[in-house]
Amino acid sequence: MMCLLASAMGSVSLAHALLLSGVLMSIGLAGFVSRRNLIVMFLCTELMFQAVVVAMVAFGRWYWDFSGQVFVIFILTVAAAEAALALALVVLLHRRRATLDADAWTELRE
Amino acid sequence: MMLHGLFMPLVAPGTPAVPLSDVISAPQLSWAGLILLLPLVSLVLCGLCAAFRVRSKLPAVITSAALAGAFVTSVMLYFSYEPPGEVVHLFDWINVSWGSGAIESFSANFSLYIDSLSLLWIMFVTGLGTLITIYASEYMEPDLGKGYSRFFAGVSVFLFAMASLVLSDNLLMLYLGWEGVGFASYWLIGYYYQRPAAVAAAKKAFIVNRIGDIGLALAIYLIWVTFGTVQYDELTTVLQQENWRESFEGWTTSAIPFLLMLAAFGKSAQLPLYVWLPDAMEGPTPVSALIHAATMVTAGIYLVARTYPLFLLEPVSLQVVAWVGGLTALLAATIGMAQYDIKRIMAYSTVSQLGYMFLGLGVLTTYGAAYHVFTHAFFKALLFLTCGAIMHGFAGQLDLRKISGLRHLPGWRITAWTMFIGALCLAGFPLTSGYLSKDVILAETFVTQGPGFRILGWLAIVTAGLTAYYTFRVWFRVCAGPVAFEAGDEYHGDEDHGHTGGFHPHAPRFVINTVLIILAVGALMAALPYFMSNQADERLVGGWVADMVHDSTARQGIPGFHPDDVGHADAGHSTAHGHDDSHAHALILGMDPHIAMYWISGTVGMIGLFFAAWLHLWKRDHADALRRWMLSKLWLGWLPRAMERKWYVDEFYHALIRSPLWILGHIFYAFDRFIIDGIFVDGVARIPRGVARWLQPLQAGAVQSLAVVMAGGAMIILLLMALFMQFGWPGGTA
Repeated sequence: MMCLLASAMGSVSLAHALLLSGVLMSIGLAGFVSRRNLIVMFLCTELMFQAVVVAMVAFGRWYWDFSGQVFVIFILTVAAAEAALALALVVLLHRRRATLDADAWTELRE
Repeated sequence: MMLHGLFMPLVAPGTPAVPLSDVISAPQLSWAGLILLLPLVSLVLCGLCAAFRVRSKLPAVITSAALAGAFVTSVMLYFSYEPPGEVVHLFDWINVSWGSGAIESFSANFSLYIDSLSLLWIMFVTGLGTLITIYASEYMEPDLGKGYSRFFAGVSVFLFAMASLVLSDNLLMLYLGWEGVGFASYWLIGYYYQRPAAVAAAKKAFIVNRIGDIGLALAIYLIWVTFGTVQYDELTTVLQQENWRESFEGWTTSAIPFLLMLAAFGKSAQLPLYVWLPDAMEGPTPVSALIHAATMVTAGIYLVARTYPLFLLEPVSLQVVAWVGGLTALLAATIGMAQYDIKRIMAYSTVSQLGYMFLGLGVLTTYGAAYHVFTHAFFKALLFLTCGAIMHGFAGQLDLRKISGLRHLPGWRITAWTMFIGALCLAGFPLTSGYLSKDVILAETFVTQGPGFRILGWLAIVTAGLTAYYTFRVWFRVCAGPVAFEAGDEYHGDEDHGHTGGFHPHAPRFVINTVLIILAVGALMAALPYFMSNQADERLVGGWVADMVHDSTARQGIPGFHPDDVGHADAGHSTAHGHDDSHAHALILGMDPHIAMYWISGTVGMIGLFFAAWLHLWKRDHADALRRWMLSKLWLGWLPRAMERKWYVDEFYHALIRSPLWILGHIFYAFDRFIIDGIFVDGVARIPRGVARWLQPLQAGAVQSLAVVMAGGAMIILLLMALFMQFGWPGGTA
């Protein structure tokens, strides 16, 4: 309640930023766990990335330390590379089975 | 040592007539290295010919020229060396020392030991090599452009190896040549590699020779350990020291001659190990003539003659050599009597004659052995080459029942009559070369005292009769009688020999005929050295060849030679108790053995010849009748059967050695397949696979459930951390 009140009052504290980060993470996790489409699942992981990024920036601001923002640049770079790889994998998997359903790739189970 | 009194041929220590250690280094003779170099150059050029697919007779020309050059070099060397012997250092090969002690250095260089023994050998090796290469240039014509270069490259390898075997000044280089000739032999026996029989024969020769080579390798090692050197000149120096006998009593001096003997028996096809030589006839005939009759198989004789002082240290060894030689001669002669393949008969006669040579070595006449090597080289090469000409002309026909009357066929007269000369020499017809050289050995068998040597002598005389019989069996069947022939089963190139109807043999042409005539003249001329007077020592008998042996390490085995004795011919066999038994000439029929043997062996030879003429010229049907009659009698039937089946020696070896090895091989295979592979290799590989199978269901593949577990785990960790921060860490810190 205090947090919402603070935001209504116009000042953004660390708690607000961390709350946003937590919300983003939760949305990403929920989406990842609940959806079957590979691309959507991939988008959800990107969302979780952004949750971490927000937390980093917030802590950097809080401690007045720019390492957090530097890390953000790194994370973005890595995320871009990872996105390229992951999308390529998704394309390849699609070529194999002509589907984007994650359940199509479970044969190691038996 | 108890045998020393019985058989002690040693020269009294310290009193050598010709101090062999006086061999001097002779750098001015370094051109002698050409004998080794020329065949090597020829090998390289033949290899190039093969690489460029030369279709002409160029390889034959190159090889003949190189070998002729080697022969000329050998003859020049004979005229320019200084008698006791000279060492020509070519280059350092192995020359190491790791201390100053007795056996803390090892020296085996590429040096040539030029003494009369090696010169005798190298002259007939290169001389016959040249002639046979020239012969082969025509004989191998059907293979022009195919195996022609390969064949002559093989001959070059052989000559290089043989020259290094004969000329080396140490046992290690001899070993190099020894293995080299074995390899060349394998190469050339397996020349027709498409024929399974040829490949099998090549393998057999190689493997059987390996058994002998173990003996040589061990002997060289023991000689080095015992005497501290493997160089001949140093070895003789060591043996001439005053106290050598005290220094070298031990089991090694007894073992060395037996190991050397094993090597010699392998290479020279003696009793336990002779089985490879008859099969080696699968190679082209010039190879049989050169390697498996005239030169390589005498390497064993050379080895024993060269290391003769070591054999004299252990008198029993020479008695074994004599007995093995005599028995091999008899056994091979009986087999040769009953074969139908003329090349095979010649092969068995080679084994038999080599047996004579070992008999000569064993009864202390290195001179007789060397002389028989010399004469045998000529007449046996001649006989093989005539067989080759027949085989060549009749499309591979070698069965003596299927060719007859060759001497009446146009174009074959030279072959038939040169074969006749060769057969006379081999049969020991009086005053031919083979007769004279064989008599030396036979007579010495009766002169030298040894266990059962008189029995051995009579066996050898019987063998001489058998030799005459089987030799002329071939000649009367093939060359005499009515003209009749059948083609063999072999087509030479594109000439269309028909099996039936239009077959006509093609007679040998100019090159082959010339070589045959030269060899026939040589076989007859080989008798001449016997009548020459001795230059080296007037007490010797035996002429030029005895001279040649006299100045070498083999000189202690020359009849009539003893440093302390004057005149009498048997002093070389005196006992260790002094020389008081110079009367000890055993008498045969009241005559001196040397004289008696002229009559006995001549008579026995004529009897053999008569039987051959009766059964194979005048009354050929009697031979078949005799065989049928013998087979019909139960008590006699085994004899022709066993002789035709070669006394079942191959079968015996098969049962005794090959079958157990075959069974053992399969057991090992099963062990490897099921224990090593099955349990260890595959078994270990199966462990991670089993574990993986067991854990595999964990990898459900449902990505979302994995994510839930992961997130849940992270939350639990976070929760725990929050709790600990609130209420303190376990253990009380923080």
